[in-house]
Order: sequence, then structure tokens, then C-alpha cells
Amino acid sequence: MAFLDLDRISVAFKKEQVLKEASLSVERGETVVVFGPSGGGKTVLLRLVSGVMQPDSGDVRLGGRSLLGAGPEQRDVGMAFQNFALYPHMPAFENIASPLRARGMAGDEIARRVQETARLLKIDHVLKHFPKELSNGQKQRTALGRALIAGPEVLLLDDPLRNVDAKLRYEMRIELPRLLKSFGGAVLYVTQDYKEAMALGDRVAVLLDGRFLQVDRPAEIYRKPADIRIARLFGDPTINLVPVKPRLGANGPEVDIFGSRVSLPAQTGHLLDRDCMLALRPEHIEVRTEPVDGGIPMELDAVTPLNVRTVLFLRSQDGREVLATCSEHEQGRFGRGHRAVHAAIDFGRALFFDPASGTLLPAAA
Amino acid sequence: MERDNLLVTILRGIALLVVGLFFLFPLFWVALMSFQTNEQILRIPPSIVFEPTLSNYWALISGRLVSNAGILEIKFMGNLWNSVLLSTTSVALALLLGVPAAYAFARFRFRLSEDIAFTLLSFRFAPPLLVLLPLSLYFQDIGLTDTYVGLIWVYQLIALPLILWIVRGYFEDISPDIEHAYRIDGHSWWKTFTRIALPLARPGIAAAALLSFIFCWNNFIFALILASADKQPVTVGALAFVTASGIQYGQIAAAVLLSITPTLLLALYAQRYLVEGLSLGAVKG
Repeated sequence: MAFLDLDRISVAFKKEQVLKEASLSVERGETVVVFGPSGGGKTVLLRLVSGVMQPDSGDVRLGGRSLLGAGPEQRDVGMAFQNFALYPHMPAFENIASPLRARGMAGDEIARRVQETARLLKIDHVLKHFPKELSNGQKQRTALGRALIAGPEVLLLDDPLRNVDAKLRYEMRIELPRLLKSFGGAVLYVTQDYKEAMALGDRVAVLLDGRFLQVDRPAEIYRKPADIRIARLFGDPTINLVPVKPRLGANGPEVDIFGSRVSLPAQTGHLLDRDCMLALRPEHIEVRTEPVDGGIPMELDAVTPLNVRTVLFLRSQDGREVLATCSEHEQGRFGRGHRAVHAAIDFGRALFFDPASGTLLPAAA
Repeated sequence: MERDNLLVTILRGIALLVVGLFFLFPLFWVALMSFQTNEQILRIPPSIVFEPTLSNYWALISGRLVSNAGILEIKFMGNLWNSVLLSTTSVALALLLGVPAAYAFARFRFRLSEDIAFTLLSFRFAPPLLVLLPLSLYFQDIGLTDTYVGLIWVYQLIALPLILWIVRGYFEDISPDIEHAYRIDGHSWWKTFTRIALPLARPGIAAAALLSFIFCWNNFIFALILASADKQPVTVGALAFVTASGIQYGQIAAAVLLSITPTLLLALYAQRYLVEGLSLGAVKG
């Protein structure tokens, strides 16, 4: 049995079902990132674990013991809120010390531990300041310190980087994994930024339609998204989606795509004569200025440099927009864009989804 | 530019002076009257030059009203004490009942919650005369007529709705997440209420307490009907100055000054809270 166990949890607000029998397990020492679009019930999930809310049905277990009916103060969890939720009438020191005071710790021990935590979070110089005198980054670290200091069994982080500026977010994305590793309990981290999910999670749990559609290691989710919507949410620039119907040609499976007929790898044989949604990661489309064997002629509409990577906006002969990427040093070849190009597509790495249900169609064995 | 600004400054100063005079002159005139004898006050034309006397204040404090018709016993200092006692206890009781109730109305949606809150508010706009007659009959039956307890109870009609509605707005302005965070830290519900909700709503509570104190202090009709002389506050007690031998303007003026002093001091002390409280808490209902 897992350390933290969410067992078939359902919650409804009025008539809207936010969570539908959602289940998730988190091991001790593991960071699971709950990822999903806003309004998808991620925050509700954390509130259920913290005890601020009760589920309509289902169970929350910690170390095999049900937490239902226990108030937030009896659960030994730490939580950092998206809006920080600092106590405005207390200085940063008291904000961080609050969980220790609740545990009745002696004053000098509290002072020592707050200093220690504050130094770790680099806010030891602002401990006397009130929340309104802190910058957003300092507020966020204070909230984090408060969640961490008592060493709770479960740490809940509700999109803690949402309200801080880009530079700090980048720094924290590097710092946080180290911090979370040093913390022994189970960590549930909520975000709607897939990069954050990939950077911080030992595993990522994708919450869609009130259920966990996929729970897996970040690389697996990127490589093999279980659902077409997950494929769309993970990746920037977004994955290309084209409806296709593979057929049997002279040399095995082939498909009409982008105004050309191309061969598919043999392992797509089980998809013949079936409507599919073909998904292509932009980085799996190689764009050349000269014709290439198996290349599909396209028109280059625009070149958008994103520093390390460059996004190419292509238009196929049948009028479809296609996104591709290339490395920065290749970018020079395309000038400012708008020219005929040839796209060599790695169909071996293409994904196929069922257009009706959106689920991933598995590759043939 | 410079001249314009100067002109604006002067005009603004004059405007403020006019407004100030308009509102404060009556108070100023009453203050002058309180140091004059009845004859000096009734002079025509009135004069700002006179020989000040403390006889009015002395009469109030000693409780002996010396007029040309003889000596009259008055209980002004007793009335003043009644006012202080009634207003303070009423507001204290209303805070004790109203603040937790306001918290409940702000934080929980229960059956009929809005109806109950509105009913309490309606006590403020129902004319007191509407309830006075039945109330005085009931009070006679249960022996509450002419008791402090009875008056304090009735004063809840004034203080409780005010406190409830102003403080409720304040509680609603506090993010529930702040309270949630405190409970997750491991503090009990009661500690969260006393250490987080109450301190954060303090400006609103102060403003509501001050306002309801003023309303209680200024109340006239309840005490007039439901209490006899030795339990009546200054508002009713001032009637004693309308004597058979005429109206004692000097003593009335002194009494007015004495009776507004406590509220004035309280208002000056809590001015900051009052303005903030009225503009923030009450608007959001």
C-alpha cells in the first residue's frame, strides 16, 4: 500500500462534478506533480488532502489510516497556497514559526529552526518584515518555509510559482527539486505549466475531466501520452494533429497526408482502413531547403526564433498548418521565411489516436 | 501656474472655513451659552462678550438647580452615569453576540442564513414606536420595566444589527485561505478565530462598536418609555431642564457639552477606524 492514497475520490460543486472517482498513490519521498488545465480540480484535490474540504465519496489514506473526518490541524500536512495566504498581521518570522508554535515547541528552538529554514530559502534577512513589505518572491519563499518547517508527512504545493516573476520561477525550478529531495515526506505539487511538471515531478499525474488520465514519469508522458489532450498539453510548440486513414499500398501501409502519399512504418499495419488522428512532434519534422528522399514539399510561412530552438510555421500543399522546429544554427538557412521547403517526417515516432475517444492507439507488438 | 495654485489654495481654505463654521458654529455657540446665565443668554441682541460663569456646571454636578422659582433637585450626573453604563454594556453584549454571528454569516452558508441576517437588519429600519407599545406591556408582565437589564436588552435592537452587518463585511474580506493555512499549521478552530479572524477584522469591529455606541448613547425613545428617572440616560434626563419657571438654557448647554464629551473623545480616538470601517466593510454586504 502506498504512503498517501487517494482512493476513488468524488467531489461535486452544485451540479458540476469536479472529481470523478479519482485515484492516486504517492510514495514517501516521492514528488508527484498534478498537472491539468485550470479549473480542473487540482486545487480541490489538495484541499481534500489538507482537510479543508471533505470528499463526497472516496477515501484519503495516509500510511494506511483514513484521514476522513480529521480536521486540517490533525493531519500533519504542510501546504503552500497559490495566493501565499500569509498572515498579514504577523512578521515573516511568525508566519514561518506558526506550525512550530502549534506543536508547542520551546521559543529558542523555534528561533533556531526558523533561522535555519529561512537561510535555506534565502529569506533570513527579511524575517522581521510584514508580508506587505515582502516582494512576491520573498512571500512565496515565506509560504514555502511555513509549509516545510515542521517536516510534515505530506507537503502540498499549490502552483507556488504561479505568482512570481519569470526569473525567479526559473531559479526556483532549479532549486525546488533539491529542496523537495531533502524533504522526506510525500509531495503533491500542482501546476498547469508542463515544463514545471517535467522539471519537478518524479511522476506526473494528468488530471483531466475529474480523473487521472495518465500517471507516469515525465519522459513517458511526453513520449507516449495516453490521450490526445495530454499530447496537446505537453509540448511547446504544440504537437501537430492530422486526421488520416492508413491504407495498404504496394510497399506496406501508406497514408495520404499533406497532399502527398507517404509510406508508414510496418508496425502501423494494425491501423489499416481505420480513421486515426496522427500526431507529430514538431521536433520530429526535419525541414530542408533542397528536395530529400521521402520529403514532402511544403511552404515555409514564418520563422520564429525562440533562442535555443526555432519554430517553423509550415503550410502543406493541402493547406494545413504544420509546426516544426530546428536548432538555432540551422535557422540561417531559412532566412525570414516564406519559401518552398521539404519536410522529412519521422513517421516512426508518430503517434496515433482514436479520433472519437481521443485515446492512444497502441503500436503493434 | 504658481498664481493658480495659490488661488486654488486660498479658495479651498475659504471653502473649508465656511463649511467648518457652518457645522461647528452651533456647537461653539452652545459652548458659549454653557458659561452664561439664563439672563445673559436671553439678551437681545445676543452678545459674544460676557462674564463667564461656572454656575451651570456647578448646578449639574451638585444636582441642585437654583432658579428664581426655587431649588430643584436634578439627577444629571446620575443620568450621565446611566448613559455610560447602558451604552457600554449594550455595545459589549452586542459585540459578544454579534461578532461570532457575523463570522458565521460570513463563512457558512446555512439554511435561511440570508433571511436571518436580513431580519436582523430590518430592526434598524423599523420605527421603534412600532414595537414600543407591545414591548412595554410585555416588560411589565415579566418585570423588566425600569431595569438596566431590560434597557440593555432593548438596546440590542440598535447595536446588534449594526455590528453584525459591518463586521460581516470585514470577515468576508479576509481570504478563507489565510484561516485554512493557520489550521493546516496545526492550530484549532478556536485559535484560528481568535488569532487570525478577529485581529484581521479589528478595524471593522472597532468602527462598528463606535457607531453602535453613538447610536445607543443618542437613543431617547426606548429609555423614555421603558425606564423611570433613576435609570434614564442623559438624552431623557435633559427634559428636566424644561421647568415650571422656564427653560434653563444655560444648564441645557452645559449638559449638552458634558454629554457629548464621552462620544466625542471616543470618536476622536477611533476616527481612523470609523472612516475606514464605514468605507470598506459596510459597502460589501
